Amino acid sequence: MPRTRNFYLQLGFTLLVCLFLIVPVVMSMVAGVTVNFFIGVKSGFTVRWIGEVWSLYSQTIFRSMLIAISCLAVTLVVGVPTAYALAKRPGRFTRLIEEFLVMPVAIPGLAIALALIITYGGMREFRTSWLFILVGHVLYTLPFMVRSVLAVLSSIDFRTLEEGAASLGAGFWHRFFQIIVPNIRSGIIAGSLTVVTLSIGEFNLTWMLHTPTTMTLPVGLADSYASMRLEIGSAYTLVFFVMIIPLLIALQRFGTPGGPRRARIQEEVGRALAPAGGQAAP
Amino acid sequence: MTAAAPHGTAIRLVECAKTFPNGTRAMERTTLEIGDGETIVFLGPSGCGKTTLLRVIAGLEAPDPGGRVLFDDEDVTELPIEKRNVGMVFQSYALFPNMNVEENIAYGLEVHKVAPAQRAKRVGEMLEMMQIGELRDRRTTQLSGGQRQRVALARAIAVQPRVLLLDEPLTALDALLRERLRIEIDVLLHSLGVTAAYVTHDQAEAMAIGDRVAVMNKGAIVQVGTPREIYFKPASAFIADFIGTMNRVHGTARDGFLELQGGRVPWTRGGAGVIEVLFRPGDARIAGPGDAQFRGVVARQFFLGDRTRLQVSGIGDAPVTVETTEHREFRVGEEIGLKIDPEALLTLRD
Repeated sequence: MPRTRNFYLQLGFTLLVCLFLIVPVVMSMVAGVTVNFFIGVKSGFTVRWIGEVWSLYSQTIFRSMLIAISCLAVTLVVGVPTAYALAKRPGRFTRLIEEFLVMPVAIPGLAIALALIITYGGMREFRTSWLFILVGHVLYTLPFMVRSVLAVLSSIDFRTLEEGAASLGAGFWHRFFQIIVPNIRSGIIAGSLTVVTLSIGEFNLTWMLHTPTTMTLPVGLADSYASMRLEIGSAYTLVFFVMIIPLLIALQRFGTPGGPRRARIQEEVGRALAPAGGQAAP
Repeated sequence: MTAAAPHGTAIRLVECAKTFPNGTRAMERTTLEIGDGETIVFLGPSGCGKTTLLRVIAGLEAPDPGGRVLFDDEDVTELPIEKRNVGMVFQSYALFPNMNVEENIAYGLEVHKVAPAQRAKRVGEMLEMMQIGELRDRRTTQLSGGQRQRVALARAIAVQPRVLLLDEPLTALDALLRERLRIEIDVLLHSLGVTAAYVTHDQAEAMAIGDRVAVMNKGAIVQVGTPREIYFKPASAFIADFIGTMNRVHGTARDGFLELQGGRVPWTRGGAGVIEVLFRPGDARIAGPGDAQFRGVVARQFFLGDRTRLQVSGIGDAPVTVETTEHREFRVGEEIGLKIDPEALLTLRD
């Protein structure tokens, strides 16, 4: 079929929009390895800025990883059973719980952070530890894990699978770990990737919750933008990209159409992610 | 795992009813005894409570307080399904998608902590018995409906259950396969000697498989009997209509005859005034002019291959259905004679 003029117009427009979004990203990454950004690339390339970022901010990178992994652990331990319980007893009460769970996504991160500080700020040890930030991250990411697992649970007839296992003599724990968990693996993986990605990139909450000794990567970014040379801030961004992009690609992978079930999961996860739009990256 | 039972287990339901939390009465108070090694079929339209009854036997639903379920002399009412040692085959098969065929069959044995060597042996036996050896390593999603059904059966039987429960196991299959598996299941159940409860809404399936058939309607068992009893001596109009085609006509008993619209038959069973009688399509024969008791007119004909089904008007208020093995073609509007064996005429209370 010959392509019409319209097609090329649309293609051109799409490419233009892509460029509009991608060029700043590339510029920022280039700036991070340029000797002097005001002179331009002709000043030469260097890894000096990355080295500086490492010496200044490596702690924030490790802390972000620690928080992301802990956050994942907590959301797995809490979120998967919660999703299972919600799926098992659908009703008005469980809808209510689901709504409460999702609320932190809708409420501005700053408001949640403030509430946490007002309530627990007096507990000095807790307030100054990274665990305080972890609590905020768990509140914020838990609904994504629950939703993602719930989506898969509602797409399989898990009740009958469980009854089948029970008829063969399997008690609850056997059924849960040998039948339920393996069959909702795709939802757990998609949820895990979402949780880790959101936690690493979280800024709103963390900015309020952090103390000078508990800075995370995105908060460190803001700090470097405000107080360092542009090249250092850009190099820092580069480090952030290196961490977050593989996660985003993995997230995309799990959403690639591979059958009706996959597509459905993708759709559900997409819906769950939608309200978070701009918060994934600062 | 309990020792292999060479014989089945008798099942007794005592005063079992089931009311769901939302107030729906799924099952009226039922008392029923299922003999050791017997195959009983619960037959009825959808929503009649047959699946609820099966689930009560299985332990997936608890009967309302007061009801008791006994396996032989053991009261299992309080035991959850995983402690009852029942084998169950579901309409949707409920095969585990995360395991291959072999792992599915071995699952129950694993849960029962059967030693690996013994487990492998038993799985091998099952694969052979169900003729699915070549499917051993397949994923369950790669199986056809009939193959899934075989795996589901093998999985349920592998643990040597005390009773085998089958919930519409053939409903999801096409007609031809259904008929073949129906025969296989019948042979299997009787060769195992296991007590089996089988739920279906298909009366032909119920007739073929059941030693006894329990017909259910609106949450209650309305008749229990051998397939022949149910077919030839239905206890109510509902059962008569549900099990195959039944003609219903009204006649008047007078002078030792029952007079219908198009003729009369000898009648010695008394009664006076208008009587409703029923007969199966096969109980009326086409007869020559000298022999016929009734005269009617062919309203429609359906050639079924081995026989021809005719709808004949002029005998009851509605056309009656008659079946004949005569090879000739009938014309619509053709006048024919019919003869009905008076013994085959049924009268019902309700």
